[in-house]
Amino acid sequence: MRGWQALFYKEVLRFWKVSAQTIAAPVLTALLYMLIFGHLLEGRITVYDSVSYTAFLVPGLVMMSLLQNAFANSSSSMVQSKMMGNLVFILLTPLGPVSWFAAYVLAAVVRGLAVGAGVLLVTVWFAPLTVIWPVWILVFALLGAAMLGTLGLIAGLWADKFDQMSSFQNFLITPMTFLSGVFYSIHSLPPFWQQVSHLNPFFYMIDGFRYGFFGVSDVSPWLSLALVGGAFVLVAALALHLLRIGYKIRG
Amino acid sequence: MASLMTAISFQSVNKTFTGARGAFKALDGVSFDIEQGEFFGLLGPNGAGKTTLISILAGLLQPSSGQIKVQGLDVQTQSAQVRNILGVVPQELVFDPFFTVREALRFQSGYFGITGNDAWLDELLDCLGLADKANHNMRQLSGGMKRRVLVAQALVHKPPVIVLDEPTAGVDVELRQTLWQFIARLNREGHTVLLTTHYLEEAEALCNRIAMLKNGKVVALDSTSSLLKNASSNVLRFKLDAQLPPELAAQARVTGRIVQFPANDAAQIENYLAAVRQAGLLAEDVEIRKADLEDVFLDVMGAAS
Repeated sequence: MRGWQALFYKEVLRFWKVSAQTIAAPVLTALLYMLIFGHLLEGRITVYDSVSYTAFLVPGLVMMSLLQNAFANSSSSMVQSKMMGNLVFILLTPLGPVSWFAAYVLAAVVRGLAVGAGVLLVTVWFAPLTVIWPVWILVFALLGAAMLGTLGLIAGLWADKFDQMSSFQNFLITPMTFLSGVFYSIHSLPPFWQQVSHLNPFFYMIDGFRYGFFGVSDVSPWLSLALVGGAFVLVAALALHLLRIGYKIRG
Repeated sequence: MASLMTAISFQSVNKTFTGARGAFKALDGVSFDIEQGEFFGLLGPNGAGKTTLISILAGLLQPSSGQIKVQGLDVQTQSAQVRNILGVVPQELVFDPFFTVREALRFQSGYFGITGNDAWLDELLDCLGLADKANHNMRQLSGGMKRRVLVAQALVHKPPVIVLDEPTAGVDVELRQTLWQFIARLNREGHTVLLTTHYLEEAEALCNRIAMLKNGKVVALDSTSSLLKNASSNVLRFKLDAQLPPELAAQARVTGRIVQFPANDAAQIENYLAAVRQAGLLAEDVEIRKADLEDVFLDVMGAAS
C-alpha cells in the first residue's frame, strides 16, 4: 500500500464509522424534500414537456446531496484535525501535496457518491425515472464530487474554527446549491435571474447530471462539462498550491 | 561541517515570530551537532525555544534562516527523506478520536508506506504497556495511556533518529520507568535520541551530552559528566521553619522549607551554618550532597541572565 492510500482509507473509515450522521442523515433530509416538494408541486409545475416534476426533482436532489456531502467530508475532517491537533500525525510523514490532495478529495468523492446513491435509492420510487446517458450521469457525479471535495479541502485549510467553516457552508455552498436549479428549471426564471444563474458553477453540474437522465437540459452538456472541468482544474491547482506551501498547517 | 556520523546538525538556526505585539526572536543562532548513537538532552526553561527548534527539525515550522540536516539531508529541501528517518513524539497530547490504538498505529505505518508490520506494532504495544489497550478507542484512554500511544506512533517506521519533546510531562512514575527502559534499549541498539525534558534527574541519568537553551541561545553544550564536574562541587541542604534573612536568602535556593547553598569547601559550609545560627534560626536535617544537574542548570541559567 502506498502512503496516500493509507490516508485515503483513513479518511473513508472516518466517515464510515459515523455513517448514521454522514450518510443516513442527509439521505433522510433529501427524502423529506421529496415528500414535501413532490407532494405540493407535482402537477402544478411543468419543467420539460415529457418529464413530471417529481421525476425532475430526483436527479436534482441526488446531485445536491452529493455535492454538499463531498464538501462536508473534506472540510470537516481538515478543520477537526487542525483543531484537535492530530493533523501533526500526517504532517510528520513523508506524504507530499499530491498524496494529501488525492486522499482527501477521493474520500470526499466516495462520501458524495455514497450519499447520492442513497438518495437515489429512496427517491426513485416516487416517479418513473429514465436513464438516457449513464456516462454523463457518472461524469458529472464524479466531477461534481471532486470539485466540492477540493473546495472543502481549501475551506478546511483556510478555516481556523468551526464557525468559520459553517459560514463558508451556510453562506456560500448551501445558497449556491439551492439556487442552481435543483427545484426548478432556470428557464422558469425572469431573464435577469436566468443570467445570474448562468454565473453559478453549481448550475452546470446539476444541469449536466440531469441531462444524463432525461436527455434534455437547460444548456448543452458539453458546455457544462467544459465549465465544470475548467473550474475543477483551477480549484485543484489552488488546493495543491496551498498544500505545497503548507498554508496554515506549517508555520 | 557535519561529519558522516552526524545524526542531526543545527547550523545557525534563527526563528523570529512576528505577531500583533511585534517581533519575537525565539531562536538566535543555534548551532550544534548530535552524533549518531548519542542520547542527547536539550534543556531550558519554558519559552527557551526547545519546542520551536524541534518543530523546525520536524518540518512543522520554517526557520527564518539557517539550516538543519538529519544524517546529512536538509530538512527543508529533502523533507520527505528526512521524515522517513525521523520519529517525533510531539509535546501536545493529541489523538484521533475516531480510531482504536491498533488502527492508529496501522494508519501511521501506512502513511510511511509500510504494511504487514503487526509483529513490530505488537512489540511496541508490549514494551509500552499498551498490549491490553490495543482495541480500545483512543477516547477511552487515560492521559498517560494516550502519551504512550504518541510514542508508539512515532516509532512505527523504526526511525534511526528519535525526537521526544517532553514525553514525561504530567506522566506517572511507572510510565516514566517503562518509557525510559524502552528508549534506552532503542538507543543501545543504535537509535539516536534527542530528548527535551523538565525533569533534570531524567536527563542526568539518560543523556550523555546536553545542550541548554535560554532565550533562544545555546548557553551550555557539553557532556553530562563535564557539566557536573564544572559545577560547584557540593550543596549544603537543610530544612528551616522560619524565613532566612534577605542577605542569606539571596545566595540560597529556597523551595518551601528546603534551603540549599552551593559550596566548594568546608569553610564555606561552616560560614553558612554560622550565619544561620547567628540569625537565631534552627537548621534541621542538615546534609551535604554532590551537585546534580539541577544545580548546574540553575548556575548556567543564572549566569546567562
